Amino acid sequence: MSTSANLVNSVESAAAAPVAPIVSFKGVNRRFKTAGGQVVNALHDINLDIYPAEFVSIIGPSGCGKSTLLRIAADLLPPSDGEVVVNGKTPNQARLNREYGMVFQAAVLYEWRSVLKNIQLPLEVMKWPAAERESRSREMLSMVELADFANHYPWQLSGGMQQRVAIARALAFKPSILLMDEPFGALDEMTRERMNIELLNIWGKTQTTVIFITHSIQEAVYLSSRIIVMSARPGQVVSDIPINLPHPRAPEVRDTEEFFHLVSQVRAGLRA
Amino acid sequence: MTEAALGNSVSDNADRIPSQAAKLARTLGTFVLVLVIIVILYQGVKALFNLDVLTLPNLSSIIGTLFEPIQEGKPLLGQLLLSAALFTLRGASLGFALGASIGFVLAVIFAHSKLLERGLMPFVVASQTVPILAIAPMVVVWLKAGWLSIAVIAAYLTFFPVTINTLRGLISVPPTALELMDSYAATRWQILIKLRIPHALPYIFTALKVAATASIVGAIIAELPSGIQDGLGYAILNFAQYYTSAPERLWATNLVAALTGMVAFGAVALVERLVVRWSPSDRQA
Repeated sequence: MSTSANLVNSVESAAAAPVAPIVSFKGVNRRFKTAGGQVVNALHDINLDIYPAEFVSIIGPSGCGKSTLLRIAADLLPPSDGEVVVNGKTPNQARLNREYGMVFQAAVLYEWRSVLKNIQLPLEVMKWPAAERESRSREMLSMVELADFANHYPWQLSGGMQQRVAIARALAFKPSILLMDEPFGALDEMTRERMNIELLNIWGKTQTTVIFITHSIQEAVYLSSRIIVMSARPGQVVSDIPINLPHPRAPEVRDTEEFFHLVSQVRAGLRA
Repeated sequence: MTEAALGNSVSDNADRIPSQAAKLARTLGTFVLVLVIIVILYQGVKALFNLDVLTLPNLSSIIGTLFEPIQEGKPLLGQLLLSAALFTLRGASLGFALGASIGFVLAVIFAHSKLLERGLMPFVVASQTVPILAIAPMVVVWLKAGWLSIAVIAAYLTFFPVTINTLRGLISVPPTALELMDSYAATRWQILIKLRIPHALPYIFTALKVAATASIVGAIIAELPSGIQDGLGYAILNFAQYYTSAPERLWATNLVAALTGMVAFGAVALVERLVVRWSPSDRQA
């Protein structure tokens, strides 16, 4: 993996920290111009290091720039100032290197492709041989427990199933970083809890670094190894809370005292 | 797929899709019903206002004239019009293929270059405001009367709806669908082939249906100044001259022209059903 190669290569950062970050924001600002010509500060002086195999949730009020931060990391949006380093490269190089798997709030499945063909989309773009595309997409489909739906079209699936396909598609080409922008925000509470359990399983199996945007405190605490709390506009990092709940995390962990304690800690951070 | 395979959590859209046979029967039933209403209205208006056969010939004589010889010992009018329709349809098909291709290529170019779109679109629009009747004689002079002039004039009417609709389809791709492609570092070509064109297909087929009927009109108009006597254009010109003695012949010719347009439309609709399989047209029904 390129990750481990980078860990060896970047000696200076290895000296500063035990492990080199996989994504590093250094003094990142982002300004937007509104339609009326006013300048809005969406992000202010973001300094944040994310380490390999971490599950980092970013939580904050609406409009705090969470999605903007994710898009800057993904090279879908440039920062106004500051620097982002991904695996020792610029976000642009990392994108061209195909290191990002993206999952959006909507599943964004291509409606003219069957479920299996949707998962194969990135593999086609990346010119994988046909046989490998076939076997890898079947493998991913089994991982999200949709093997029986390979030839269905997206409109035939429920919202939760569509989002599972989106996750399978994002992980199909083995990206080193999974970027998720409120992936379960449009789902009902019960489906959402089931998806959380599945995502934790998948993360446990793949050990991919995950950056996860969410509105839900419970979801963030249950899933994450670390939670970044952001303030309202301009978005700033206000607290950085490690979540040391044990792994594997059974759904019952959500009823423990420790869980409630962490939830109120995050809530306090949001109020600050 | 069976409904059982869809499972519980799947949306129940599949349950509402009636069987193919039932749908076809319903469509045919509606068509026949509307036809009967039109016949009753036509004959009713004729009787109510006491209109003579020059204004509105009897439907029976319009249909009947198709099965009468045009002159003693000559073929039936229906046979003559059928071969004329086939001739016109061939010219129209060629023009349709040419016009649709040009229209599609223009749309792809415009979708990728705002500058070219702004620069060229006014001319494309202007081309459609000039009456085709005024242009047809010039094209015949340039290209000589024949297949090519017919095809070019039909293409002139065909390319515009294809350009406008295809362009709309190509650029109306949802932003996140594009971001997804960007996150894969896809090339513009890959984005065009794997995202923009499939997304635009429903728009393209809408345009092709309009273009198919327009190409028939174009081919008929193209035949008028060229003196070609094998198509519907000549038949229309000819029977218009003898309208006072046999009005039902012009009406019959128009009927055949309309049927030819329906055939062209139906052919495109059939291809659409075969190509756009992922979204059954009745899923919202």
